Amino acid sequence: MTTSIEASKDNIELTAPVPMTPLQEFWHYFSSNKGALGGLIVIALIFFMALFANFIAPHSPSDQYRDALLLPPAWLEGGNWSFVLGTDDVGRDILSRLIYGSRLSIAVGIVAVTASLVMGILLGLVAGYCKGVVDTAIMRIVDIMLAMPSLLLAIAIVAILGPSIVNAALAISIVSLPHYVRLTRAATMAEMSRDYVTSSRVIGASPLRLMFVCILPNCLAPLIVQATLGFSTAILDMAALGFLGLGAQPPTPEWGSMLANALQFVQRAWWVVTFPGLMILITVLAFNLMGDGLRDALDPKLKQ
Amino acid sequence: MNQSDNSFDNQLILKANNLKQHYQVKQGVFKSDAVVKAVDGISFDLEKGKTLAVVGESGCGKSTLGRMLTMIETPTEGSLAHLGEDLLTLTKDAQAKLRQKIQIIFQNPYGSLNPRKKIGAILEEPLIINTNLSKTERKEKALAIMSKVGLKTEHYDRYPHMFSGGQRQRIAIARGLMLDPNVIVADEPVSALDVSVQAQVLNLMMDLQEEFGLSYVFISHDLSVVEHIADDVMVMYLGKVVEQGTREQLFNNPQHPYTLALLSSTPQLSPEKRRTRIKLEGELPSPLNPPSGCAFHGRCSYANDRCKSETPTLRLDSSDSQEQGHLIACHAVEENRIENHTQSVA
Amino acid sequence: MSLLQLENLSVTFGNFRAVDNISYKVEEGEVLGIVGESGSGKSVSSLSIMGLIDFPGKVNAEQLTFDNQDLLAMPEKQRRRLTGSDIAMIFQDPMTSLNPCFTVGYQIIEALKTHQGGSKKELKARAIELLTQVGIPAPESRLDNYPHQLSGGMSQRVMIAISIACNPRLLIADEPTTALDVTIQAQIIDLLIDLQRKKQMGLVLITHDLALVAEVAHRVIVMYAGQIVESGPASEVFSTPKHPYTQALLASLPESAAGKARLEALPGVVPGQYDRPLGCLLSPRCPYATDHCRKVEPANQGDLNRQVKCHTPLDSEGRPAA
Repeated sequence: MTTSIEASKDNIELTAPVPMTPLQEFWHYFSSNKGALGGLIVIALIFFMALFANFIAPHSPSDQYRDALLLPPAWLEGGNWSFVLGTDDVGRDILSRLIYGSRLSIAVGIVAVTASLVMGILLGLVAGYCKGVVDTAIMRIVDIMLAMPSLLLAIAIVAILGPSIVNAALAISIVSLPHYVRLTRAATMAEMSRDYVTSSRVIGASPLRLMFVCILPNCLAPLIVQATLGFSTAILDMAALGFLGLGAQPPTPEWGSMLANALQFVQRAWWVVTFPGLMILITVLAFNLMGDGLRDALDPKLKQ
Repeated sequence: MNQSDNSFDNQLILKANNLKQHYQVKQGVFKSDAVVKAVDGISFDLEKGKTLAVVGESGCGKSTLGRMLTMIETPTEGSLAHLGEDLLTLTKDAQAKLRQKIQIIFQNPYGSLNPRKKIGAILEEPLIINTNLSKTERKEKALAIMSKVGLKTEHYDRYPHMFSGGQRQRIAIARGLMLDPNVIVADEPVSALDVSVQAQVLNLMMDLQEEFGLSYVFISHDLSVVEHIADDVMVMYLGKVVEQGTREQLFNNPQHPYTLALLSSTPQLSPEKRRTRIKLEGELPSPLNPPSGCAFHGRCSYANDRCKSETPTLRLDSSDSQEQGHLIACHAVEENRIENHTQSVA
Repeated sequence: MSLLQLENLSVTFGNFRAVDNISYKVEEGEVLGIVGESGSGKSVSSLSIMGLIDFPGKVNAEQLTFDNQDLLAMPEKQRRRLTGSDIAMIFQDPMTSLNPCFTVGYQIIEALKTHQGGSKKELKARAIELLTQVGIPAPESRLDNYPHQLSGGMSQRVMIAISIACNPRLLIADEPTTALDVTIQAQIIDLLIDLQRKKQMGLVLITHDLALVAEVAHRVIVMYAGQIVESGPASEVFSTPKHPYTQALLASLPESAAGKARLEALPGVVPGQYDRPLGCLLSPRCPYATDHCRKVEPANQGDLNRQVKCHTPLDSEGRPAA
């Protein structure tokens, strides 16, 4: 016992192994979720497809093969292996259009999610940090936005700004803004009451430092999850706007507008509608699965 | 408590005078706002290298006091002087400077460290904000303090969750030391820790006090820890001080019925030290609706009509004229209505 | 015959042994204190008695009997009936162990109904009686209160009322006062001991507060990293500890140090899942450890009445045997 005075300074760390870093831990939990892993792989494939569309796609998305109108997929009777998934009503290769379409969907997703994430974080942090009048003002505006059907709001915004891809992306980001604001505000308020924030205040940290250096990194986990899920909503909304003719304008290959344009042929050429629909389904499902996995991996409450 | 200023050693670091913290609480549309007197008129002197312990049960205002001392909250009334400069009347800039000299350590070591930052970043944050040191200088200083609190160099690049509770409390202490403070407010620094780890942290705090001449305001509910570490003790009940004095005065000659009850409720290991249990009926009254007169009268076995109507003030202990600065707020003690209580159970 | 008897009980979570071959017994009318730091497995061992270890935890024991009934062999349904009526448990945090959606009265009556039955009127009368027993003033009016309207001390009293509702013969109290203030802690402990004496229950008091156990327990078990390192009559264990860990724990208490002297702190921390040492689990922290201790795990010495798990138990002077 007498040696403990010296020993207490030297032997503090008897614990041998170094625990996992946050990243390793994250990967451990994430990879144990098979669905999430599948989602990640699908998303990686789609990203790959979008990036290298010009090398992968067998045809140009806007080339019209007049001698091959509404050709069925290759494995069906009358199919042709140079048009694997068949052609549409003006003879464009569906596979190529799908591959090029992924570019647009991914781009719109990234733009819409990034824009709403940035705006949402700013507004949410300010609301949660300042409280009082500022908080009330921001939250009431958010409440009003939430009270309107989101697609209707998006249509209204596009109608005002004029139909184009950029405007559609902007409309989608505005529509999904409320979720990010609320999420950030709730997380900020929870973190504000933690002692580490108080001790940073005692040290003399400025409000901006507190908000962005201290609090924000600790609010990111739910936001990352929401952003992943928001990606799928953005793709769906984009398809819906495209379907209504308010998004991408022909002949731009876009999954939603491909669906819309081919609607009249659904009786005699099912493939023109089915494949774009399937693409949307698979992409959205993959993002949702990955979002679930992220939540499991990032939410400390769900960990063992 | 007020015998300072007469020697060079007893340099007065912190002087609080009649500190008050009152909160307005909304009680609904039709009721008028209630006032919660979380801290109601507290004065003390803290000398260099000394430890003032603040004792009381939850809800007595001891944590609010700690938050006022570190200027997280501004007192509604009273003055707080650090080395003679009143902290509350200064300009913002001067306040920010002085603020560095009073640091705080929290109870829960799991909540007080930013989980997304490495230890190095946590320790260097105070320097980034308050000084112009270069990156290497900051790291040097962080490593120096880390070795002082018994952390190793390789811990610099680790995250808080990789540490045990006791080690996190060491990190929290290290962060408090980064700006060379004079006063550290320790809000229940060891109550979340296991006994063996608690001893390590208490030892560390005492070593650092000796080395840096730190003054502690040690907030705790654990009387055995307080008896070990404190020089002066202040017992609080519902926002007010009921008894205040040196450690010897408080533990060897406790006077206020509440102090007696606290002491007798604390479990003792050795049978010789056990006191006759003074049973306290009921619980802490609601601060929203505090009792009239002495706040303790509802639970006190010595209470009479005077206690119910008249609020006692802190007075010098009259029973023993030799004792300096032993303050008690109790009518029963003044009127000598309390029988001999200090005997222990044999 | 003992009320509760455990022989070589282990609880494992995957590769991690939270409780490692512990054996003890509780007699009727006895207060057994289990002390240990966090991570010592003291709570997990009691949860395993109640059958509250969920997947992926696994309970293994050579013997786990309550009043000569084998708890591990009996069907799940029978065991559930037994725990809750004959064995009851109270937990650390009274604020979360009551369901915030229901009134106090409803929760007490619910507990009575599942195990005893009776008319509504009888049940209500019994609930009031129980609240009176645990010292709640004006029990009739308290029946309609919701848990958030009660203070911590009151909630713990209600929890005690629920746990003694079916006249249990064994009460396991897992840190019942840790979340409470000292004066309230004294009230609750007095109440528990009072009830235990009146009903001649066995009481297992799990806590990290050595002084508390020293005041009320008849016998005490000291746990370290899932193992029982020392057990025996409370007065003996605390006055002449035989295990270096018990000695170190006692020495690290502030009241053991005279004045402002340094505390005798045990260096290091309780080993966790990844850093379990070979041999004696205390060996990296033990001031008396020898090479033998670091290689070979010590066996229990002595009988169940006074046991110590150490190669070189301490003598009455506090020095290790040669």
